[in-house]
Amino acid sequence: MTASEKYLQTFAETFGVEAVEAAQLEYQSIQEWDSVGHMSLIAALEDAFGIMLDTDDIIDFSSFAKGKEILQKYNVGL
Amino acid sequence: MLNELFNTAPYALARAEKEKTLTALLTRLTAHHYEKCREYRAMLDGYGFSPRRPVDSYYDLPFLPVRLFKELTLSSVGADEVFKTLTSSGTTGQAVSKICLDRITAANQQKALVKIISSFLGSARLPLIIIDCPSVLKNRHSFSARGAGVLGFSIFGAERIYALDDDMNLRVDALADFLRRHAGERILLFGFTFLIWRHFYAALQESALSLDLTDGIMIHGGGWKKLSDQRVSPAVFKAGLQAVCGLERVHDYYGMAEQTGCVYVECEKGYLHASVFSDIIMRRPSDLKVCAFGEKGVAEVVSVLPHSYCGHALLTEDEGVIVGEDDCACGRKGKYFTLTGRIKAAELRGCGDTYAANFS
Repeated sequence: MTASEKYLQTFAETFGVEAVEAAQLEYQSIQEWDSVGHMSLIAALEDAFGIMLDTDDIIDFSSFAKGKEILQKYNVGL
Repeated sequence: MLNELFNTAPYALARAEKEKTLTALLTRLTAHHYEKCREYRAMLDGYGFSPRRPVDSYYDLPFLPVRLFKELTLSSVGADEVFKTLTSSGTTGQAVSKICLDRITAANQQKALVKIISSFLGSARLPLIIIDCPSVLKNRHSFSARGAGVLGFSIFGAERIYALDDDMNLRVDALADFLRRHAGERILLFGFTFLIWRHFYAALQESALSLDLTDGIMIHGGGWKKLSDQRVSPAVFKAGLQAVCGLERVHDYYGMAEQTGCVYVECEKGYLHASVFSDIIMRRPSDLKVCAFGEKGVAEVVSVLPHSYCGHALLTEDEGVIVGEDDCACGRKGKYFTLTGRIKAAELRGCGDTYAANFS
């Protein structure tokens, strides 16, 4: 599985949505991605990629697209 | 301007500059809520305050009694913009505050909290022991202040564990295992003061178990009312924790659900500090005039964060003393203070305290 696939899959599994939908998501755009869901998503991504995000990056992580951009910093091959 | 504040170190502003910044932001918030909140406008009109008349300082802006949020649901945004309602954790017979949050307010609260707490912890996230039970976050759409605190502080945790089960028993084995896995690391502990004493300290004291948290750092808040009734002072609290688990770094914080995010954290010298996002003003109970430093008064708290509800200037029911400003030995700028208790006849409040009401 490529890093991109893993990223997409983590979103889809955390929020229980289809991959097509996952790629469009923004923070608070669905009920599941609220502040509680946000911490679950971060934990799942950290597990999947073996990284630890800075607190500032957790706050800036406002959408699927933005998150992808943020994870570039962590050299996960996205 | 608020964005500039987010790029400022949380204790970097000295008096003159802070007063200028807060006056500008709080004046704007007063006008915003006057325009958007019918009840707030009626109160200011009744009081004879016009937001068009400029004030010299935020000290001169009107403030609301914090209790009002128990009686009224005050919102300055449309119902469709309120995405979360925060409630103070009331028990039967106690009124509950209802705070309407829109996205921007909630996001700014979390950002301010991160700025403030990171300045004590550093930017690295630490293994986190939450001294509470998982069910505190059960209802995702309506948080208790306790839940909001737990969630807000979760961001500082690299790996999180709840120290208590849903029956409030200490999860001894899970904790021992957690500490084994994180041996040699600095551990962060977060919880509410009364719960820590009642369910963490007491359980450790009664059991034969010894947890080594010598390298730990604890942040706790929620009020001292119940513990001071039991003659547990902050000094006793700290000494007790050190005795049962070796914990040396313990920071109390003061804050309220009505101004979530703007916490006043206890520094290394034992004083609570106002950050750049907020301020505290002690007022004489008799005429509400501003107290001199060193003089006991009722605390007014101001915060630049509340956009969706008119909670930017509130008169609390807490009493305290401003010790000084800009010159604390810890090096932080801004006011530093201690709290001395609650004004008489104040209803029991504070998240740890409302929980404590179940035990009285």
